Amino acid sequence: MVRFFNALGTPVLAFFQYLGELVLLAGDTFRSILTHKLRWKLFLNQVVEIGLLSQLVVVITGAFTGAVFAAQTFFQFNKIGMGSATGAVVSVSICRELGPVLTALMVAGRVGAAMSAEIGTMKVTEQIDALRALAVYPTDYLVVPRALAMMVSMPLLVAECIAVGIAAGYFIAISLLEINGTYYMANMVRWTRNRDIIMALSKAFCFGILIVFISCQKGLSAREGAVGVGRATTEAVVNSSLAVLICNFFLTMLLNIIYPAGYQ
Amino acid sequence: MIAVRSVAKKIGQQEILRGVDLEVATGETLAIIGRSGGGKSVLLKHLVGLMTPDAGEIWIDGHNIIGMNERQLGAIRKKIGILFQSGALFDSMTVEENIAFPLREAGEKDPKVLHTKVEEMLEVIEMEGQEDKMPESLSGGMKKRVGLARSIIRRPSCVLYDEPTSGLDPVVADSINRLIRRLQQRLGMTSVVVTHDMKSAFDVANHIAYLHEGRIYFHGTPTQLQQARDPILQDFLLGRSDGRGD
Repeated sequence: MVRFFNALGTPVLAFFQYLGELVLLAGDTFRSILTHKLRWKLFLNQVVEIGLLSQLVVVITGAFTGAVFAAQTFFQFNKIGMGSATGAVVSVSICRELGPVLTALMVAGRVGAAMSAEIGTMKVTEQIDALRALAVYPTDYLVVPRALAMMVSMPLLVAECIAVGIAAGYFIAISLLEINGTYYMANMVRWTRNRDIIMALSKAFCFGILIVFISCQKGLSAREGAVGVGRATTEAVVNSSLAVLICNFFLTMLLNIIYPAGYQ
Repeated sequence: MIAVRSVAKKIGQQEILRGVDLEVATGETLAIIGRSGGGKSVLLKHLVGLMTPDAGEIWIDGHNIIGMNERQLGAIRKKIGILFQSGALFDSMTVEENIAFPLREAGEKDPKVLHTKVEEMLEVIEMEGQEDKMPESLSGGMKKRVGLARSIIRRPSCVLYDEPTSGLDPVVADSINRLIRRLQQRLGMTSVVVTHDMKSAFDVANHIAYLHEGRIYFHGTPTQLQQARDPILQDFLLGRSDGRGD
């Protein structure tokens, strides 16, 4: 019996310890943002790394998701004579769910992995100890610029993904599915509200924060050389992706209370 | 300047330090010798707060650093330079950026001032003209010298060296030893050198401490160490592995 509770308790304790470390890192970072000077060069480098260099991935993701979603929606809606409603469904879905979630998953894979690998390598090669020994606090130097760059870049990337997705859906609808463009646009504009865009950007901001802290924490706690860095990187991507998907559900439920869907 | 009192440290199940007591006077060069894996580097990292002991006190310039948080330790660390065993250079920066890093972090923005100071340091470490190289293209000895330049550019009052000559050929090792001596003589820096290279220890140190089984087994001058008849010390000095001293 004791062994059973031991076996059950150890991972539970480890999980709560991990959550605690994440919360402490986040607290430390926000305190540092408010009380210490920002290293603008590092921040701008990270904006380029996270925002600018993720453009291609996000544009492709948005375009093909919008296109395939428009096609699938049309195939189903057309059976009941509602083909022209495709635009509204595509637009609202991409704003509220697909845009933020898919962008976050792509950023977790591309940027989160890079962050944890870079910080993890610095950890196992004593570069982080060198920073500390030189009286530079690693959170200020490594985490703050990345966190701020992520907070700025994620909403912009999600907005871009949504715009490209809607445009791709429109293009497919009028060119391949032969939907009347005027009806498509009219329905889309009628059913898509500012609150859908606010919801998308709110989610983007939250997902960005999740990805950056999970990835940085994994990097900062890496050990045991190259194997440890590899493990930290994999865990950063997996944990970030799961966190995005799980939080998306709760954010949807919460934000739906504040910004209800539909024409009201 | 540095006082270590009853410091104990356990890593996993292994007791690395079992009550280390040690003092380093201002301007002195102390070599800490001992067998590989005996806790010398762990002790060194404790001196600058990179590791926290399970018990004991560490006093730097009259301040007990145990219990200080990372930001409080920053003020202490500004007075101490540390040369890591691997050099620990920032691999995304050039040699010049690495060496200038502490000054830039201290608020120096003028590129001309930074460049001049880096050139001075490159001259000290005999690596003129190498400022644009990346760490990956440097040899082990060069990395250590750049690491040393980075740790002393802010003119700390104390420098800690972790195995400064390990893995280097005798000529490069001698150049590092000369550099350590020069820093002590010219700038009066207090130095703590962790090494198992006896030639290096005798070359640079005023005092030598022998760390054995987690405690300071011997602390004295190089001459006292050479004259010691203790079998454990003799085994280490003569490099005997058959344990005649045990």
